[in-house]
Amino acid sequence: MARDMSDKEILKMELDQLKKEVSTPRTPVSANCTETITFVEGLLPNDPLIKGVSDDKNPYKGDKGGCVVT
Amino acid sequence: MCDQTFLAATFGPCDNCSKASPLMNIYLKNEPINYCSFCVEMMACQGLQKGETLTSLKKESETLKKKLEEERGKLTDVELHQVAEKVEAVAALSIKTRRVLKGHGNKVLCMDWCKDKRRLVSSSQDGKVIVWDGFTLNKEHGVTLPCTWVMACAYAPSGCAVACGGLDNKCSVVPLSLDRTENLAAKKKSVAMHTNYVSGCSFTNSDMQLLTSSGDGTCALWDVESGQLLQSFHGHTADVLSLDLAPSETGNTFVSGGCDMKANVWDMRSGQNIQSFESHESDINCVKYYPSGDAFASASDDATCRFYDLRADREVAVYQKDSIIFGASSVDFSLSGRLLFAGYNDYTINVWDVLKGNRVSVLFGHENRISRLRVSPDGTALCSASWDNTLRIWA
Repeated sequence: MARDMSDKEILKMELDQLKKEVSTPRTPVSANCTETITFVEGLLPNDPLIKGVSDDKNPYKGDKGGCVVT
Repeated sequence: MCDQTFLAATFGPCDNCSKASPLMNIYLKNEPINYCSFCVEMMACQGLQKGETLTSLKKESETLKKKLEEERGKLTDVELHQVAEKVEAVAALSIKTRRVLKGHGNKVLCMDWCKDKRRLVSSSQDGKVIVWDGFTLNKEHGVTLPCTWVMACAYAPSGCAVACGGLDNKCSVVPLSLDRTENLAAKKKSVAMHTNYVSGCSFTNSDMQLLTSSGDGTCALWDVESGQLLQSFHGHTADVLSLDLAPSETGNTFVSGGCDMKANVWDMRSGQNIQSFESHESDINCVKYYPSGDAFASASDDATCRFYDLRADREVAVYQKDSIIFGASSVDFSLSGRLLFAGYNDYTINVWDVLKGNRVSVLFGHENRISRLRVSPDGTALCSASWDNTLRIWA
């Protein structure tokens, strides 16, 4: 699509987009970051890759392809 | 690469004004035309309003961009890693390769997990799409597509179908059947049609709609049953390399990243570009939404990964190191959003602490560049696909 457009058409498209974006509602970074941190802390204890999962519960840690010799 | 204007020296009557003069052979929308240089200038000025020139448009664009930066800067009172100083550091991770999936004959380009947390689908350069059971290493299904370089594949939410696409400019949906003797390729159905390669695809919340991104610079939403185009998204000025849907059940936005170094957030219903971020210095290879839906991360050829907050409308963290010089090709978050896994072209996976901005760990194992990385739906494992023809599951 973009390769079919001449330079001025591309610039016009970018200009229209920028005009819309200048007026987007924004909230301060500190507020958002604190929210992100609270979100992460809430889920952290349940994150299997961080806390680790005990061997008997983890389907990947078990003996794979082991042989039982009778 | 995209603009092809050939200048050749020929003499003859101009197509427009019929005067005999040196002609410029140019291609307009793929049609060759011969205009004299005067008519070419006239044509370039058409469509511009009085007083508008390329330079004036560029100037306006620059001033608006500056204004945007100012507006965003007003709300930057603090950095993410500063707010996160009091947070406990992540303990040493014990992530190792637990499974190596061998079976592809050539570079593995893409993979996706099934919602049942054990199956995954992968696609490769040799045209094969394989569905694996991650626990047992069984290959459950295999489809051979007529095209090579299957760059995108996705599992349907129901687990009953997979979508794949690539250099054939199409994205097809293949229903998976339990009958192993059935020829799956025969039931393949073309859903998406683009004018250039398909770089990414994803099902929306149901099996009925498919979102695709393409080298033609657009993203599109398709109805799987009828193959109809429901919505198209224009705004990128170069190839779109990646897309990701917002995680919430009611979410109807998605983010896309491309070779124009921009990451755009779109509204799926209206087709509008809601927000745009341009801080990378090279092609954006991958974008991924944060589990909360309020932020996203991007991986780029400029060897950095960046974290953008949607409510603050700006980049809030950059994950980079002087020793990392190869481009990052893929990113994904761990379940809690604390870790960011990024696959690089130097064959390694770096694990970053999202909040503090430092690298926690490096995962070695692959013998060629990582093409795609995905954390399983329940967060217990990470799967990486690589150009060394294998996939690895880390846990």
